[in-house]
Amino acid sequence: MTEVKNNKLDTKEDVLKKAHQFKKKSQAKTVWIRYKRNKLGMFGLIVFCLMAVAVLSANGYLDYEEQAIAQNLSERFMSPSAEHVFGTDQYGRDVFARIIYGGRISMFVGMATILISLSAGALIGASAAYYGGKIDNILMRIMDVFLAIPNMLMAITLVAAFGSSLFNLILAMGISNIPRMSRIVRSAVLNVKGQDYVEAAIACGTPDSRVIFKHILPNAMGPILVQVTQTVARTVITVSSLSFIGLGISEPTPEWGAMLSEAKSQLRYYPYLAIVPGVAIVMMVMSLTLVGDGLRDALDPRLKN
Amino acid sequence: MLKYIIKRILWIIPVILGVSFFIFFIMDFTPGDPAIMILGEGAKPEEYEALRNEMGLNDNFFVRYIRYVSNALKGDFGRSYRTNIPVFEEITSRLPYTLNLAVTSTIIAIIIGLPLGVLSAVKQYTAIDNISLGISLILTSMPAFWFALMCILLFSLKLEWLPSLGADSWKHFILPAAAACTNTLASTLRMTRSTMLEEIRQDYIRTARAKGAKEKTVIFGHALRNALLPVVTVIGVNFGLALGGTIVIEQVFALPGLGQLMINAVRSKDVPMVIASILFSAIIASLVNLLVDIVYVYIDPRLKSEYSTVKAKKV
Amino acid sequence: MSEKLLEIKDLHSMYRTDDDDIYALNGVNISVKKGETLGLVGETGAGKTTTALSIMRLLPDKVGIITQGEIIFKGKNILNVDEKEMRSIRGNDISMIFQDPMTSLNPIHTVGKQIGEVIRLHNPQLDNDDIELKVDEMMEMVGIPAERKIEYPHQFSGGMKQRIVIAIALACSPKLLLADEPTTALDVTIQIQVLQMMSDLKEKFDTSMILITHDLGVVAQICDSVAIMYAGEIIEIGTVEDIFEAKEHHPYTIGLFGSIPDMTKKTKRLNPIDGLMPDPTEIISGCRFADRCPKRMEICEKVSPENYINNTHQIKCHLFTGKIKDDAANEIIGGN
Repeated sequence: MTEVKNNKLDTKEDVLKKAHQFKKKSQAKTVWIRYKRNKLGMFGLIVFCLMAVAVLSANGYLDYEEQAIAQNLSERFMSPSAEHVFGTDQYGRDVFARIIYGGRISMFVGMATILISLSAGALIGASAAYYGGKIDNILMRIMDVFLAIPNMLMAITLVAAFGSSLFNLILAMGISNIPRMSRIVRSAVLNVKGQDYVEAAIACGTPDSRVIFKHILPNAMGPILVQVTQTVARTVITVSSLSFIGLGISEPTPEWGAMLSEAKSQLRYYPYLAIVPGVAIVMMVMSLTLVGDGLRDALDPRLKN
Repeated sequence: MLKYIIKRILWIIPVILGVSFFIFFIMDFTPGDPAIMILGEGAKPEEYEALRNEMGLNDNFFVRYIRYVSNALKGDFGRSYRTNIPVFEEITSRLPYTLNLAVTSTIIAIIIGLPLGVLSAVKQYTAIDNISLGISLILTSMPAFWFALMCILLFSLKLEWLPSLGADSWKHFILPAAAACTNTLASTLRMTRSTMLEEIRQDYIRTARAKGAKEKTVIFGHALRNALLPVVTVIGVNFGLALGGTIVIEQVFALPGLGQLMINAVRSKDVPMVIASILFSAIIASLVNLLVDIVYVYIDPRLKSEYSTVKAKKV
Repeated sequence: MSEKLLEIKDLHSMYRTDDDDIYALNGVNISVKKGETLGLVGETGAGKTTTALSIMRLLPDKVGIITQGEIIFKGKNILNVDEKEMRSIRGNDISMIFQDPMTSLNPIHTVGKQIGEVIRLHNPQLDNDDIELKVDEMMEMVGIPAERKIEYPHQFSGGMKQRIVIAIALACSPKLLLADEPTTALDVTIQIQVLQMMSDLKEKFDTSMILITHDLGVVAQICDSVAIMYAGEIIEIGTVEDIFEAKEHHPYTIGLFGSIPDMTKKTKRLNPIDGLMPDPTEIISGCRFADRCPKRMEICEKVSPENYINNTHQIKCHLFTGKIKDDAANEIIGGN
């Protein structure tokens, strides 16, 4: 005769065993695994890390004063050689050293800018999203005023008034990026706040702090991180543009934009002076952009397929 | 509809006032004494003081600001500290050139970027897609002024096809326009591609196919029409960036535009000129955004029906 | 006896993604006669929508593949026709209604234009005025005033949107209508209205219909025959009387009916069917329901069952295929 299966309910152990099969890895790990699959994203990350290492360890294999700053008129315009990997410029300075130290400045300004714009922007954006209503309105209106001024012009204004030191430049870039950051944070927080799982968490009595740290922040981090990479990338270009027109970092500090400004007059006979710093900028910005794109794809794989 | 347009225009006014206030406030910190700048070093203290009083520089900040705004509304933006020419005159003589460059570069960006974006999306993952993405990646990673330098290197110096400096003929316009449009082009391409990709995956596309529609109709008549909406809003934002970018491009090619004016003014601490030139740029960028917003309401039927006077009954 | 309008033979479809291969349909056999309404019933994930999309050849590009089988429509295997001919069939001979009316309509075209589009596509000989007349006619037929054809989808409620979708589907008087859970996303009160309307229109146009649903109540109301689907296979098929009143059933079917709460009795617990559908990424030998089947036998896990045919009623189960019945009987006689 046919068997009859025992129709008892699963025991507690059985249920737990089944549940563990589906245990989720932490979100960060899942995102990282997805990110790793993206070849371009990994490429960007590797390039950026290599640049970071080269730049941060600069003092280990280069001498700032001697190679990047000191003028050596007997060695002007030398072509690339073993001693001077990228040759020398019109003042006899080693181009390679200037590129590396220039990279340090670009990265530094980029990171410092993010620090300012993200912290201020996050504060403003999160407050606007959290409190909503009138406060949201007022804050966003104020941000609109700042957004009406194109980025570059905002930086020029601040530099015009306060002068073009490194500090002022960082301040200018930081402030000009606050409105955009605050918008991103605000929309990320609003988006997450409105999700059902947040409501569910609150409904089961989860304390507010836990809701914020375990539910809202981790899910809002994604778009914010993507925006961070894009902002750093944009800042590198803006800073170099400002230096190029003479309103940014000034001589003799090696900055890629400033180097290009000088190279302009030598374009006819010594074009390499104009090519190398540009390539450096492209490399840094491209790697950052690839990282940002990779992050975005890794965070929301639905967008890919 | 009219109500919406008026509402938007009214809303722009406080924004511009806010911008003017901010710029005026910041520029107040500029070091240096305008009186010394104008009269030179050798004058007597009383003369400086007299000039400062005449210019109203000793008044309190808010008084000065209100005076500035009321003058500005009459078209008086002060006189350049350097040349003593009315600022308004100088700016309006330079502005057309800059606007020309910004508008042209935006148009080129749309003409090339839009179709490429659509093509990329429709042929996702193929060679065309990868090449487009590669090009747009390089274009966004490159400072426009460096691209300009490389163009000069190749087309002016090596090949001698095009001139590099000045603004005499239409030939002088080609390289600047090409350089200025790089960022906007890449941005338009990527934006179009991503909105198209999203729209193609929507349910109504499936409905269109289930009707037996040709693929071309599905892509252009259905998907693209919807995908264009976000792209249009981005055009407004991009124009503002393009405007900022032309400033640098003008430096590279020695073009007589607003950018040159602005930079020289900054270097020589010519405060009225700086304030006015930045204000003008910000106003133009805002107006373009306003225009884009209004156009958007016209082309998105969901908003159009909300704002139109003929309100249909909702069941 | 009217001829078969549609006959699906041994249909296998799969989805090929970056991560996995998903075997959605594993040998589907269905036929629909002229004027017949076939209910396609099953759990989520059983393969009902995939079947409909396969008929329309609208599986997602590159990801969805029909690997085997034939779909004979009006005597022709439509899996072999070229895309141009298929397009002339879609919307014209075979139409489909999808589940979610909220997103099925293009937000930036007027509803009149959307109905007009399908008419225009398959009737190039009509001029604009004729098309407009037809649009008006279809709108009135689904109970929406024709003046509203200049409005946009967002100006209509969910129920009305679904009616517009139905209007689009029936505008060209198709021979076969595939309706994928057309009322699931609607309020219960609207559901009945829409179903009734579909039923009336069906009569009027003499359209055959495959109604995909998981609601047995709906099946009882408007279907002529029923096919029960499980894990990509048809495990039981028959007339509506066969399914609701016959004595013999597939164990899954018994489970389905048993899991419907009885509103007249008081019970402590509901009676779901234990377990889950098998992983569609795995190829399974033997009966796909064996894992969860309360009447499972040793042979069920090894050999795929054949169809037991009793007139109009078919059941795919070892319990009924003669050989096993006899063997089992012999075993009892021999073993004791």
